[in-house]
Amino acid sequence: MIGTASDTASGDAAAAVLEARGLSKSFGPVEVLHNVGLAVLPGEVHAIIGENGAGKSTLMKILAGNHAPTRGEIRIDGQPVQFSGPVDAEHRGIVLVHQEILLAPDLTVAQNIYLGRELPKGISVDDKAMNEGAANALHDLGADIDPKTVVRSLSIAQRQLVQIARVLLVPHRIVIFDEPTASLTPFETDALLKVITDIRAKGVGVLYISHRLPEVKEIADRVTVLRDGHVVASHNVAELEPADMARLMVGRDVTKLYPDRHATGQARETVLEVKDFTVPGYARNASFELRKGEILGFAGLVGAGRTELMEGVVGLRRGHGSVRHNGSDVTFADAQASLKAGIAYLSEDRKGKGLLLLKDLATNLTLASIGKFLRGGQIDRKKEDAALNEAITEFDIRTGRKDLLAGQLSGGNQQKLLIAKMMLLDPSIVIIDEPTRGIDIGTKEQIYKFIARLAEEGRSIIVVSSEMPELIGICDRILVMRSGEIVGGVTGEHMNENEIVVLATGVKTGEAA
Amino acid sequence: MSTAATETKAKTSRDWDLRAVAPFVALALLLVLGALANDNFISVANLSNVITRSAFIAIIALGATYVISSGGLDLSVGAMVAFVASLMILFLNSGVIADPLLLLITGMVVAVLIGAACGLFNGLITTVGQIEPFIATLGTMGIYRGLTTWLSQGGAITLRDRELQSLYRPVYFGEVLGVPVPIIVIFVTAAIAAFVLYRTRYGRHLIAVGSNEDVARYSGISVKRVRTIAYVVQGLCVAIAVLLYVPRLGSTSATTGILWELQAITAVVVGGTALRGGVGRIWGTLCGAFILEIVGNIMILSNFVSEYLIGAIQGAIIIIAMLVQRSLSRRS
Repeated sequence: MIGTASDTASGDAAAAVLEARGLSKSFGPVEVLHNVGLAVLPGEVHAIIGENGAGKSTLMKILAGNHAPTRGEIRIDGQPVQFSGPVDAEHRGIVLVHQEILLAPDLTVAQNIYLGRELPKGISVDDKAMNEGAANALHDLGADIDPKTVVRSLSIAQRQLVQIARVLLVPHRIVIFDEPTASLTPFETDALLKVITDIRAKGVGVLYISHRLPEVKEIADRVTVLRDGHVVASHNVAELEPADMARLMVGRDVTKLYPDRHATGQARETVLEVKDFTVPGYARNASFELRKGEILGFAGLVGAGRTELMEGVVGLRRGHGSVRHNGSDVTFADAQASLKAGIAYLSEDRKGKGLLLLKDLATNLTLASIGKFLRGGQIDRKKEDAALNEAITEFDIRTGRKDLLAGQLSGGNQQKLLIAKMMLLDPSIVIIDEPTRGIDIGTKEQIYKFIARLAEEGRSIIVVSSEMPELIGICDRILVMRSGEIVGGVTGEHMNENEIVVLATGVKTGEAA
Repeated sequence: MSTAATETKAKTSRDWDLRAVAPFVALALLLVLGALANDNFISVANLSNVITRSAFIAIIALGATYVISSGGLDLSVGAMVAFVASLMILFLNSGVIADPLLLLITGMVVAVLIGAACGLFNGLITTVGQIEPFIATLGTMGIYRGLTTWLSQGGAITLRDRELQSLYRPVYFGEVLGVPVPIIVIFVTAAIAAFVLYRTRYGRHLIAVGSNEDVARYSGISVKRVRTIAYVVQGLCVAIAVLLYVPRLGSTSATTGILWELQAITAVVVGGTALRGGVGRIWGTLCGAFILEIVGNIMILSNFVSEYLIGAIQGAIIIIAMLVQRSLSRRS
């Protein structure tokens, strides 16, 4: 059984590079961290897990000098310290790898790595030395990236490595990774985990924040679980299985992440038939069929062209090919046309393309279907309010107040709001791109239930995802894309990670996989 | 659980309110300042006079509120006033219709149509042509201004017919129940603009487009159509301003409406509309237009500052307004 750790649980605290004692943090009257203790030893990967809003980010921001704690102290090598800001924390050897990519896209890799600390050469800068330095730093990470490349032309995973190289250029003793694998594919994640292992081998302490529990099990030495701002457990990773971690995070058993699905008969009619569809630069000659009530998955590496193919089909991107919807040929000029035909696409980019972050919940909810809320040409605010109340209940959108802005909801609640928004149009086909990216495990479970329910209602669903377990868990059938082409599909017993990885990468990953 | 953390950062509604209220506070302060500077300032006659004179900028700025809320910009409005007014006077001078009243009404309709067409032209260049609004309307500003200079051959275009002049005069100088016609036009136009912006599907779409074009597009909103219509609304507002302008002076020249675009944009920004789009404040814009006119009025009534500095002061106001907006938004 797992006990509860209230303060620094580790007996090795004396040897800790970084130690937090009784940290509390309040914003206004609300305390979001309560008496949190934590110790990071040199050469240790210490994972911090917890649901969204559990206080992980706040804790990291305090340790990296972005916030000052309301109570408690931070010690480095046993000496109490107070950071005047993130730069001060950096000087003391604590560096943070942000979750978002913070690079200037039009500068080169080397220019980004040395941004703000350029090597001087007289009154000019020493490009040669910086290119060499960057090349070395990247080589140390095992990244094969030319320092003279412009960042804009790099993949997300490559950019992340550049960002890590930039951070590691500062002399460091503790590296904090804030959900570094959130937007990476399994392949890229493996590469990153190797980098972290290398960093650890140099005797550096690593704080690792993640939602992905199998990954934590693989990489971490020690796990601390936060829930509602409290440390609820701190253990050696050997003592915990991912299922234990999930239970500690959520505070209840998460035995069934994926809902039961009634096997859909193959006999059901085809509602969408895409043939030889090409989106220039992204997808070539893609053909697939979607049946009524089916959940069809699209797997592949980031950049395989899945999102672009879907956007092409629904008219959000230029593409050509044949699309048959309920038996008749259609061409969608824009989303207005495809939505009208009953095909809704929910973007992977919730914040950039899904919701108006600076507008309130009702405005967001009714944006696509405002025509249904008119009375005599005038928007009926009461009807909008009623719809919001209904959506909050139906999709369990957790918001204290209804006048919040969409941007203030957590990622999971934003996704629920986006689903509710599109469901107001009552679409017969729903395409959801990365439905659970950046969403905690408790909410994931709910999203899967919603998706299953939509299919049970007779809607046809396409799920595009980089998380293979979730595709395997909820889909009836999975198609795999590689470099813009649909290279195969898996159903039934063949729906396992190994088969998908082989298709997605085009190489046998060997016995290890 | 997570809501607790989010809610503490949720200063939003109060924060936005502050920005909405700021222009009205500024107006109230100016009224106090004016009253202290000169006894005549606060009289009904003076204030009604000030608001009447703000009519052109106020009405044009209402249209600019639409364009700016949609994420666009229109620099051509001043030149457009000169162009539309010149064509209207030329039409009236042509005397194609014998009955003066009918001629006048037709002339007004023509002005409205030309204004809408000029706006449509701006809109299509920026949306279909995909040219940055700043450049597109800088170009049409040159075109409309140049055409006016050409039409007037460098001189003035004057409404010749005396009968027509006296027939048209009340539209600017008249009163209804003691209220000057321009003041009525300002508030009626603003009321319509506010209704459309806040209460209709189009208004909701406009704000969505200005707030985040991609979200609007992914929600099935035709971004081009919404933006183009915003420019047409701007053209219509310019035309309404022209309908008041022609009876006032009965004449146009190449210098008509010079720097009005600066004043209109200033009024919009002072009124709290975000220059990056997504937030439109109709009543704030009116407030901004009044503030500009009152500042000028106070300068004339008092002897502190030379009235020749009015342009410089108005330029300073737009910068101050932006600084205030910025500092208010930083607090969030």
